[in-house]
Amino acid sequence: MKNIKYLLVGVLFGTVLTKTEAVSWFRIQEMFRFQSFHMYGIIGSAIAVGMLSVWLIKKFKIKSINGEEIEIADKQFSKGQIIGGTIFGMGWALSGACPGPLYALLGAGYSTILIVIISALFGTWLYSYFKPKLPH
Amino acid sequence: MLELLKEPWPWYVSGPIIGISIPILLIIGNKMLGISSSLRHTCAAIAPFNIQFLKYNWKSEMWNIFFVIGIFIGGFVGGVLLNNGEAVKISESTMNDIKGMGINSFEGLIPSDIFNWNTLFSLKGLLIMVLGGIMIGFGSRYAGGCTSGHAIMGISSLQWPSLVAVIFFFIGGLLMTHFIAPLIYQL
Repeated sequence: MKNIKYLLVGVLFGTVLTKTEAVSWFRIQEMFRFQSFHMYGIIGSAIAVGMLSVWLIKKFKIKSINGEEIEIADKQFSKGQIIGGTIFGMGWALSGACPGPLYALLGAGYSTILIVIISALFGTWLYSYFKPKLPH
Repeated sequence: MLELLKEPWPWYVSGPIIGISIPILLIIGNKMLGISSSLRHTCAAIAPFNIQFLKYNWKSEMWNIFFVIGIFIGGFVGGVLLNNGEAVKISESTMNDIKGMGINSFEGLIPSDIFNWNTLFSLKGLLIMVLGGIMIGFGSRYAGGCTSGHAIMGISSLQWPSLVAVIFFFIGGLLMTHFIAPLIYQL
């Protein structure tokens, strides 16, 4: 099945997020209080490797394994990055997790995180419903 | 080897592995890293209700659902199979601040005196788990991405709207941590 490869990348991603404690509510508290370099080190080095990879892919016009040109769609600016970004940041700090860690925490056996995920689904649905009325 | 894997992974090991997932996804299928999109696809699959934003071919985005199922499994691998049973070693100053929020359980990845089914049915629990979750889902979609799509994928591909989003993620996070969350956690 063609999607299994993405599942495997997800397993690696989830294992790393968990073992480096980026899924931990405690680490998020520490990050937003600037009391440790740990989370900044993770995000910073992930960006450094990602940036170098994207640059190499573009420079050498590396193709995907299907032989396609690799396309990186532009993110469009909207007021959403400001308003939605602030709301997301508040939720991230309140619950102590962002979407990736939520899935990983549920897998690690923290059952009440299911409620946070269902709430996040409901929040996504609310945005979808109210999107035409929101400033963009 | 297994003992070493069970130790907490330092940032200079985990960060680069997270970063390398960007070219892996691009090369194996021309996919851009993003996790909050899975929430939209799930809404589109189960409750589209004729909403314009949820009317699209979500089936063509199934890779993203497989990816997050993988993250769920990875949480089991990292959090159960490779669990060394030790508390997260946060700094002493954080520990003191957290105690000041009325939290005394430092076992596991998240504090059990907040994240349990009894606390859920209190105002504090509802705000932290339900309102927090709603804000995560609403805000990430409104912003067009979360930590993975904007902070990691977006900034790595030099997209300035992503940088704006990340700056506001932090503004929101700092406002919550320093001004609002202390009130909620004291409830």
